[in-house]
Parts: sequence; C-alpha cells; structure tokens
Amino acid sequence: MADIRKEPADATPNVTEVATVDAATEEAAVAAIDAPVSQGEPILQVRNLVKHFPLTQGILFKKQVGAVKAVDGISFDLYAGETLGIVGESGCGKSTVAKLLMTLERATAGEVFYKGQDITKLSGRALKAVRRNIQMVFQDPYTSLNPRMTVGDIIGETFEIHPEVAPKGDRRRKVQDLLDVVGLNPEYINRYPHQFSGGQRQRIGIARGLALNPEIIICDEPVSALDVSVQAQVINLMAKLQDEFNLSYLFIAHDLSIVRHISDRVGVMYLGKMAEIGTDVQIYDHPTHPYTQALLSAVPVPDPSARDNRERIILSGDVPSPANPPSGCRFRTRCWKAQDKCSTEMPLLAIPERFKGGETPASHESACHFAEEKDVVHAA
Amino acid sequence: MPDVTKTAPAPEKAEAPLAGPQVDVSAEKARSLWGDAWQDLRRNWYFIISAALIVLLLVIAAVPGLFTSASPTVGDLAHHFLSKPELGKVGSPEWLGYDGQGRSVYARVIYGTRASVIVGISVTLLVTLFGGLIGMLAGYFGGWVDAVLSGFTNVFLGLPFLLGAMVVLQAFTDRTVLVVIFALAFLGWTQIARVMRGAVITVKQADFVQAARALGAGTSRILFRHILPNVLAPVIVVATISLGVYISAEATLSYLGLGLASPTVSWGMDISGGASQIRVAQHILIYPSIMLSITVLAFIMLGEAVRNALDPKTR
Repeated sequence: MADIRKEPADATPNVTEVATVDAATEEAAVAAIDAPVSQGEPILQVRNLVKHFPLTQGILFKKQVGAVKAVDGISFDLYAGETLGIVGESGCGKSTVAKLLMTLERATAGEVFYKGQDITKLSGRALKAVRRNIQMVFQDPYTSLNPRMTVGDIIGETFEIHPEVAPKGDRRRKVQDLLDVVGLNPEYINRYPHQFSGGQRQRIGIARGLALNPEIIICDEPVSALDVSVQAQVINLMAKLQDEFNLSYLFIAHDLSIVRHISDRVGVMYLGKMAEIGTDVQIYDHPTHPYTQALLSAVPVPDPSARDNRERIILSGDVPSPANPPSGCRFRTRCWKAQDKCSTEMPLLAIPERFKGGETPASHESACHFAEEKDVVHAA
Repeated sequence: MPDVTKTAPAPEKAEAPLAGPQVDVSAEKARSLWGDAWQDLRRNWYFIISAALIVLLLVIAAVPGLFTSASPTVGDLAHHFLSKPELGKVGSPEWLGYDGQGRSVYARVIYGTRASVIVGISVTLLVTLFGGLIGMLAGYFGGWVDAVLSGFTNVFLGLPFLLGAMVVLQAFTDRTVLVVIFALAFLGWTQIARVMRGAVITVKQADFVQAARALGAGTSRILFRHILPNVLAPVIVVATISLGVYISAEATLSYLGLGLASPTVSWGMDISGGASQIRVAQHILIYPSIMLSITVLAFIMLGEAVRNALDPKTR
C-alpha cells in the first residue's frame, strides 16, 4: 500500500532553515527585498516551479515508489499592482502553488524570484523580509483564525513577529486602524473569532494580511467559503484595498465569474500545469486551449434563453491521477482534438505559431498543439 | 431569478452588536484567555462547590491537627469497636467510632487525606508534564521523532498499569509516598501522551497554524501560543479524571498491601482494613470510602468546569 507522506523537510518546519549564507549576502538580500518596485514591473517571477510529494512504501525502510506531481513545472509573472487570477478544478495544484509562494512548502525544483531574489533558497532574515512583503489570505475563515486568541491578538501578533513594523506602544492603535480599514468596528478588538460572522472573519483575515503592509497578497480561494451576497462585499473590499495600498494579488479560485471580476490577467491550470494564460478578455472571450473552452462552457448563464442556445462542451472521464499523469499533453485523455502528436510531444506554454505576431486577442500563451480560438461564452 | 439585491444584508459595519456579552468593549481592558475563563468560573456553581471542597481537602492535608486533637496512630484497645460501639458528638475523636485497634476513625480519615491528595496531585502533575511533552513533540515534529516517541509510549502502554506499579513497588523495601508517586507516574503518562499527540496532529494542520508560519513565527511561538491553548481542553479533562484514578490506584495498592505502609496513614489502607470487618463494623470501611469518593468527584467536577471555561465556543 502506498501512502502519501510529506517530505521530512515539511514535517519539521523551521528546523531545516539553517542559515548558511554569510552575513553580507544576507544583508544585500534584505536590502533588495525591501527596495521599492515600480508599477507595471514584474514583482514575482515563477520559473519552472515543481512540487512532487513522494509516495513511499514500507514501514521501517521507506522506499519511494513514485510521486504525486502536484505542481509540475509552471511559470508565470506577477506584475506590481495587478491581479493575476489562477483558476482550475479541485486538485489541479492551485493551493500548492500558493503554499510554495509562501514558502510553507519547499519546492522540489524551480525558482520563484521576488525582486531578483530566489525565495525558494532564502532562509533566516532574508526569508523573514520576504514574509513581510508577501502575505496570504486563507480560504476558510472558520479555521484560519486561532479560536483562543482575540482579534487584537491575532492581528497584533504580526507586530510581535516583525517588531520593526510598529513600535510597542503603537500596536493597539494600529490594530484598530486595520479593523477600520477592512470595515469592522475598531471596538471589536477584544472579541474572539467565534463572535463574528463568516464575512467578518474573512475581513479579520484580510486585516492580518495587510498588517505588515505587504506588496503581494496571495489569496487562496478567499471567498469560496462565504455566502454569495457576502462574497461580493469581500471582493469589493479587496479591490478597494488594492487601489488604496497598491497591492498585487495572486487570486486563486475556482469560481470563474469572480476571477473575471477581480483579475487583470488569468491563468488556467490543469493537473499541475498551466494550460493557458492571458488577460481576462483574452481568456474569457478568446480562449484557445480546449480545456479553457470546456471550463468556460460550464459557467452558469443567468439568462435561460441564452442558455438554451449556447454550446456545452461535456468532458468525458475523470481527471487522471497526478501520481501517474498522461504522457505528452496532460489534457489529451479528455480532449476531443487529441491526436498522436499529443501523446508523444508535450505542448509548451507559448503563443501559438499561427497567432504569432498577429494583433488578435487570441495571440496569448496557450499550451496546445491545436490551439484555435472559440468563443464559448457568447456562442449563439 | 430572484432579486438578490433586496435580500442582501446591510454593510456589516452598520450591523448591531453581535451576540455575546453585551458590554462596552471599548472601555474594557484586553483580557487574556485565562482572565475570561476566570470571569466565567467565578459564576459557575460546579466550580465554586468543587473548588471549596478541594481547598478544604488541601487545608486538611496541610494541617490535619486543626481538625482533630486525636492521634491517628495511637490506639487504646479499651476503645475497640466491639467494646465501645456508640458514637460521640461531631468533631470529637469518638465521632465516627473506633477501629479494631482502638484508633479514632475520624482522626484516621483526617490524617489519611494528606497521602491521598499528595499522591493524586503529584502523579497528575508529573504525568501531564512528561506525557504532554512527549505527545506534543511526537505530534508536532512527526517523522522519525514521532516514530521513536510513539514506539516508546507503546512499550509503556503495553504494561498493565496496576501490575506494573506492583512490580516497581516490589523493588523498594521502603515504600514512602515518593516511591508510590514514582510507581504510578512511571506507567501513567502514556494516556496523556497519546491524547496530546492526537490533538496536536489535528491542530497543527489548521489554517491558523499555517497562517502563523506564513507570518514567520518560530517553532516555540507556534507550539505555545497556537497549538498548546487549542489542545489543552482534552488534556485537562483526561488529567482531572485520571487524578481521581491515581487516588484510587493508591488506595488499591495500599489495599493489596503494596502501597503505602504503616505508620503512614492513608484511606486505601483503612479501606483495606475495613473491608475485612465489613460484617461487624461497617463504619471503618464507609467513612474513608466516602472521603475518597468526594475527593475524586471534586477533582472531576473541577476539571469539567475549567474545561468549559477555557473553551470560548461554549461561552
């Protein structure tokens, strides 16, 4: 029987982060990380990021019999001040990407450059500086707040860990300011999380993410646990905060309409790989990857007459196991365009040859040999 | 499709104060978890009664001379229960009658408190600290640390508790209170370790622990500020229930003649002595048994009350 176990490095957090870099390099890294970056520049560059969870067998002498390829070589850029949406179905590796970018998991291979520093290899003070600048909002507001701590302690803890951000006497006022910023009554500072509704808790989670005044916030399905009416409030709050604090968001979700609402660019993931990436108009109105087209055809349409007319793409079969993905193109087992080439040659994420140089919106990166534009949302 | 805008709630900021204690939070100072628990406990009758009982027991254990003038070890055969069976007035040496050696049962019950309370509390503290530490390390670090510590725990768990304690006690010729504490703690820590390990494994995967790590919190902060407060409740319950178990285990060992030995006075030894004379003199058995039951009950009630107070969800 095979079981999924984390690597030892993950089982012993913080122990492995042994500082081997000398003080001068570390100093330079911290300075680089704290340097400002101008609007429109890439702030986070992900290159061939890989995370494999080993599958082991045996009790005493564990031998690796395979690996779950949760994230298998993805690359993208996040620009300062923009929102990059990442969509994909459950188990495609979205959340693992978030954990890798937060260095909550150690990458198996690949690099994540934040202002030129590869954060997957940082440790000690430089890593702490990165953490000050990249924060996260979690999916479930019911488990992401410590039930034993008051709101003031939950948000104020960020200042205890990073004391240079706020002087000691100033912290309580700062926490109250943050509560005000996210639209909560600052007098709620002594309350416990269970005294709040789901939407209010997620606001607390956002306040915690904002406390260190970060540049990037990674949002791992921040509204999927909330009611639809509350989702809109929280999304609008996040959009407002982005303008106010000049934040860059990596917005992970499976709700395509919410991603479209908040994102400037969208990346579509399938089975640990990026299938297609482009601006929201390019992805939603001019998708070229068959998986994106299938995904978009499943978006509920509120208008019944339009619903009857449009084409539905029904995929057959299930998502293959990430421990044993198909050869070549990951999507070929469920793709209606699949040919022999798809099983032998892995399509690279690039602008398709036929659209290259053209001014059409279809000219964006797509990992398909037979990329062709198909407007599924507006199809009559 | 229904009009969603109609049913959408007003912005949350304008909402009326939430359910919960209706106090002006702005005027109130920030209270800790334990401060809140105390506010809750002082209004809880279970807590008041059990705490009063425990305080009384601790006073009796500390200064038994306050409660009786009689000596628990000096017997006068003229007072043998067969020769002088009538009972005296409250608090006097003859109040609860005399035992077979002519010793005052009341004095023995009073003086026996010390051994039971000391054994119960000391064993519980030792077991909670040691078992809790082992369980926490095993649960948090996982991997080979967990494999080694869990294996170690299972070896001790495999030994029957009373039988093991008897074997340990056999090794000592001088069976003082310290020796009994050691014998019980030696095998008793496994349960707490297992409870702690399971609770830590559950809590360490929670998002709020990940959030703390994402903020850059160190191992000790995560363990003591995030994990420990969230695993305390089951550990406190197990510890208080087992406190009663250790007091009765001490009584059992004394009953079997392997626990404390004369001239130490303990309820277990008196219950053992009384059991053999139950047909002729029930009082020798009944009074130490009542005290034992009250003590065990008081600690279990206290544990329950503290657990409820420490859990903000029940408030």
